Amino acid sequence: MIKFSDKQLKIPKMARPVYLATSGMSRFGRAFPTLRTEELCIEALTEAADFIKMTPAELKRYIHTAYYGHFADHFGDQLLGEAVIHDRLGLDPLGTIGVKTGGATGGSTIWEAIKAVASGYSDCALAMGWERMDEVPTDEGNHLISCAADKDWETPLGHIYTGYYAVMAQRYWQIFGKAEDSFRKIMAEIAVKNRGYARMNPHAHGGMKITVEDVINSPVVAYPLRALDCCLMSVGAACGVVCDEKTAYELTDNPLRIWIGAGSHTLRVADRRDMKIPLLPNEEPGLYDDLGKRFPGGDRYPGFSSFLAARIASYYVYNMTGVVDPCEDLDVIELHDAFTISDIQSYEDVGLRPYGEGRDYIESGDAYHTNPKTGKPGRLPSNLCGGLIGCMHAVGATGLMQIAEIGYHIWNRWADIHGDEKKWKKFGREKPKDWTDLQVKGAKRGLTISHAGVGSHVTATILMHPNHLLKED
Amino acid sequence: MKSENDIGRVSVKNGRYKIKGKFHIIEPNTPIFDDNGKLCGITNPRDMTYIHSYGGEAIFFESLSKGKLMASRCDNPKCDSKDSIFMPFRIYCPDCLRKNTVIDITDIAKKTAMIHSFIITERSGAFNTLKKPIKFINVEFEDVCTIFMGYLSVGEPKIGMRVVPIFQTKKPTYTIMDISWVPVGTSESELPDNFTF
Repeated sequence: MIKFSDKQLKIPKMARPVYLATSGMSRFGRAFPTLRTEELCIEALTEAADFIKMTPAELKRYIHTAYYGHFADHFGDQLLGEAVIHDRLGLDPLGTIGVKTGGATGGSTIWEAIKAVASGYSDCALAMGWERMDEVPTDEGNHLISCAADKDWETPLGHIYTGYYAVMAQRYWQIFGKAEDSFRKIMAEIAVKNRGYARMNPHAHGGMKITVEDVINSPVVAYPLRALDCCLMSVGAACGVVCDEKTAYELTDNPLRIWIGAGSHTLRVADRRDMKIPLLPNEEPGLYDDLGKRFPGGDRYPGFSSFLAARIASYYVYNMTGVVDPCEDLDVIELHDAFTISDIQSYEDVGLRPYGEGRDYIESGDAYHTNPKTGKPGRLPSNLCGGLIGCMHAVGATGLMQIAEIGYHIWNRWADIHGDEKKWKKFGREKPKDWTDLQVKGAKRGLTISHAGVGSHVTATILMHPNHLLKED
Repeated sequence: MKSENDIGRVSVKNGRYKIKGKFHIIEPNTPIFDDNGKLCGITNPRDMTYIHSYGGEAIFFESLSKGKLMASRCDNPKCDSKDSIFMPFRIYCPDCLRKNTVIDITDIAKKTAMIHSFIITERSGAFNTLKKPIKFINVEFEDVCTIFMGYLSVGEPKIGMRVVPIFQTKKPTYTIMDISWVPVGTSESELPDNFTF
């Protein structure tokens, strides 16, 4: 579609409020030769139970339905892996279903769980996601990932998904980044920021103390993208438990409100037709009338430079929650930084900056925990866990990890989760001597973006402290 | 590699697939031991050949072997997208869901094809048969509402560069690999083996 009816643009409604009661995640790594997937899922669920001072068995008594996100069956050579995990978590005979939407699988999984609670079908639902990407050699892994592109029109071309993705980066780099050294430096700063934050996260496996020069000198993957511009390939699990109000307050004194919007766009970028830019609440009609003049070649929307699915998901969830200007109304966000350049593209899709001006979110220092220019707290810090570049991208778990991370900030428990010496030891990782508490002080509202591949599926999730809602139900 | 006789081949007789040759090869599992010699896993060899229908897109892939680029067009007078030309080929219009008309855009491609974006990469996945570095290009055409993905066989890509299609007509694979692109002005002698204009 390139035109949308009023019915399609209707703001989604939930029949009753939904709460996030708890979240948890396993350690993440490139490979776990001595751990089965179920061990990682049990680690995540146990952490979620611990978080609200329950045993797993006590928490399980509340769960009514279970939603499992696991994208790539063919990596593990196991169909119905969801049934295996459901059994190992001891949740039979509850109703369960598997969800698969590429990189957005984690977000889509909790989308299903939230709808189950909002509708009244369940009072408490588990959303659990994982990925196992270590069971084939890397080149075969690249082939398997490329099967998420069109098998007749794209996959035979190199069997390498990065190639299909990077053409979008190239177009953005040349049109909006103007292929400038200063823009290249901003891309590198994202990698430095996210890998640096990941050093403070015991769950993360990509933490590094690096410089802009390290990124710019790292090996070219597909110009302008270099190795340190790209996300990790990971193994691990994450989960969230969503409930109606009554059940949420039985589980914890401090549940968070949760909303979610979802959008989609063509699997092949090739199929994207030109259309009018759908506006977010903080954008005025006419804002983009001269976009093509300011950025010659940039007048085709979404073209190769924007993600319509992210914009539509944001449109739905901002209007559901009363968010007008995300930089004013939110305190902390987790974006899908698959590549440094796609991170910049998404700043525009979700309305942190207007189209064409995404770089300013980094340049201004807004994206940092502590603004490097002012030494004061960043206006809207992003990806403090390290994101996909520094923490992990265990596909089915990623969107759920992001939600957990935003939750920890609003619960004001970021330091408990990330600073615990015992956890660093248990995961076999050394806590850095310069470990820093990245808690966003006073955080009350946050956003996560869960995104598939070239933008075929995107979910936008908003969490809020119940005493700090922006509009009444 | 399998011997010529062992390659899995499929034909259709009376609406059913008939298979000949080897479609999978059995290899034994092998154990995985950790640093201390303790068992921690097992390899699971899988070598399989899939059977896949092109359905209504078969005409596109067959035409490549004949040096023709076929697109499709919505001709539904009641559709907002009437006259939209789709490349990649779409069997149905995505708006009205009526069957599109198949049209030949070889001449349009020869006269108007231009690089919209590109990427050069040394990386590839298992089963890749393209020469590295791979030069992916996205090609826009006049009057076509979408942008085709392919690969450049000669020269260095640039946004805005005019290109023309070449076709693997001498030894077709009947896949998307049968179409490639070269800069305008490339001579026949510069084309890769088995390709013609």
